[in-house]
Amino acid sequence: MPNSSNSITDLGVAAIRDGVAAGQFSAVEVAEAFNANVAAAQDALNAFIVATPEKAIEAAKAVDAARSAGQALGPMAGVPIGMKDLFATEGVQTTAASHMLEGFVPQYESTVSRKLWEAGAGMLGKLNLDQFAMGSSNESSYFGNVISPWQRPGSNAQLTPGGSSGGSSAAIAARLAPAATGTDTGGSIRQPAAYTGTVGIKPTYGRCSRWGVVAYASSLDQAGSMARDVTDCAIMLEAMAGFDPKDSTSLDLAVPAWTASLSGDLRGKKVGIPREYRVDGMPAEVDAIWEQGIAWAKDAGAEVVEVSLPHTKYALAAYYIIAPAEASSNLARYDGVRYGLRDLPDGAGLQDMYAATRAAGFGDEVKRRILIGTYVLSAGFYDAYYTQAQKVRTLISQDFAKAFEQVDVLLTPTAPSAAFALGENVDDPLSMYLNDVFTVPASLAGLPAMSVPAGLDAQGLPLGLQIIGRPLDEQGVLNAGLAIEARAGFTAKPEKWW
Amino acid sequence: MSVDTATVAKIASLARLKVSEAELEAMVPELNGILAWVEQLGEVDVTGVEPMTAVIPNTLRLREDVINADPLTGGDRRDAVLANAPAAQHGFFGVPKVIE
Repeated sequence: MPNSSNSITDLGVAAIRDGVAAGQFSAVEVAEAFNANVAAAQDALNAFIVATPEKAIEAAKAVDAARSAGQALGPMAGVPIGMKDLFATEGVQTTAASHMLEGFVPQYESTVSRKLWEAGAGMLGKLNLDQFAMGSSNESSYFGNVISPWQRPGSNAQLTPGGSSGGSSAAIAARLAPAATGTDTGGSIRQPAAYTGTVGIKPTYGRCSRWGVVAYASSLDQAGSMARDVTDCAIMLEAMAGFDPKDSTSLDLAVPAWTASLSGDLRGKKVGIPREYRVDGMPAEVDAIWEQGIAWAKDAGAEVVEVSLPHTKYALAAYYIIAPAEASSNLARYDGVRYGLRDLPDGAGLQDMYAATRAAGFGDEVKRRILIGTYVLSAGFYDAYYTQAQKVRTLISQDFAKAFEQVDVLLTPTAPSAAFALGENVDDPLSMYLNDVFTVPASLAGLPAMSVPAGLDAQGLPLGLQIIGRPLDEQGVLNAGLAIEARAGFTAKPEKWW
Repeated sequence: MSVDTATVAKIASLARLKVSEAELEAMVPELNGILAWVEQLGEVDVTGVEPMTAVIPNTLRLREDVINADPLTGGDRRDAVLANAPAAQHGFFGVPKVIE
């Protein structure tokens, strides 16, 4: 059994929890080991905006004391995790990686984070992300880029950990945390997981409460879990999910026992391969890993069926109308009055203060999306853009519903490439948006979806496969993920350079 | 549809975003690039299709009509509400003078 701090940080959620429960190591030892890794990597990776080692130790002490007293331990007891800095944490700065919220200290705890602490988890710190979760590469944070722990062999070029949950994915891959929260609006859990060889699941819209999560696009935003294997993701998601009367779109449904029901046996299941996901210009390696995934699904006993999702090609364009529209409305709250930054030029009136505050507080990509959103919602353009996009969204959702009459889950690549270098797409918003081509459709339809690492490309960088399921069928998604995981045997980890 | 500098200036004003002339000039081609790309949605036949309102069918709930049903979001939290205000004065949010 592991007894040095190095090997403790290679353990996942289940192994840490079970090891603490069995007395193989204390929760404090675990927290100290991860705290040390967080501190040692901060300058190189910039995965955290704020580290909270004292919070991790405090939670660990409580778990150790509960164990000594013979009390029942929670499903995440003794597991220190990273918290994406989009979740409000009482008494700990919450910024959404924006200058606008620098110094903002919530007076309350988000529902998802509260549930995790109640399950026995502790907080290592607040993880960096794309500003207001808008981005696919973690280059829009006011607090600097997150650097992936992965590098191409023989190169020290800095690669993206993906976005927007890039601090989460980098921290998990670099063994700074065994698991972390993420949020996914158009792929922000799945794409970073794919780029870093980690696992991430976005549940059905409404499973996890949005209360206390800084809003980006409310009809799409959904929290989920990220870790290094499917089982750990299931354990953590089970702790995060559940009905919350404080979120009007929260689903009033019991949380299924996903972990206890995990099974990688796909006999009798049908796996759909959407033909429209074979896009032009997709690297041969991505196609090859997809073929490999199909073979793995068959090996697990599934029948593989080609299906059609005819409106797939319009999903990204619909998303880049709907998400900015909702963002422009949600971000109207940042006005320099109630919380956050205030910029009050000499002699300025109220309107000037609003405009100056928002100009100073928001980054370029946030401004871009607010402007697009304001334009598509403005008088005369609303129907042509926003209503049309919401109609196309209905068609995309209907495509999925039809496909799920024939199959149980869909299998696709998670992203059209492996991780790219920082700076590569930053000057071209459109090419950056194309990263989300495979993840956005499931978001628009509110479906559960996950990314599982499947292998490495020729440059030694991770590639992920995505599994999309029926509404509320997280179990089917997790089970297919488990089947892929067992056959992929993905054990690669980034060589430590930081 | 495409936008010109005057239109972007108007949108920025609606969005309460102060932008310089130089920023405006840079934004026009960027926004036009994005708008030209989303134009493709116009080619989809949406005859008889209802716009999406909720991805998962759900009914809007009403909370119990009682005072302070949830102490956290109920009343008597003035200091917590003001705790992050850039300028809280006398128990209120302070703003620049609105009326001369």
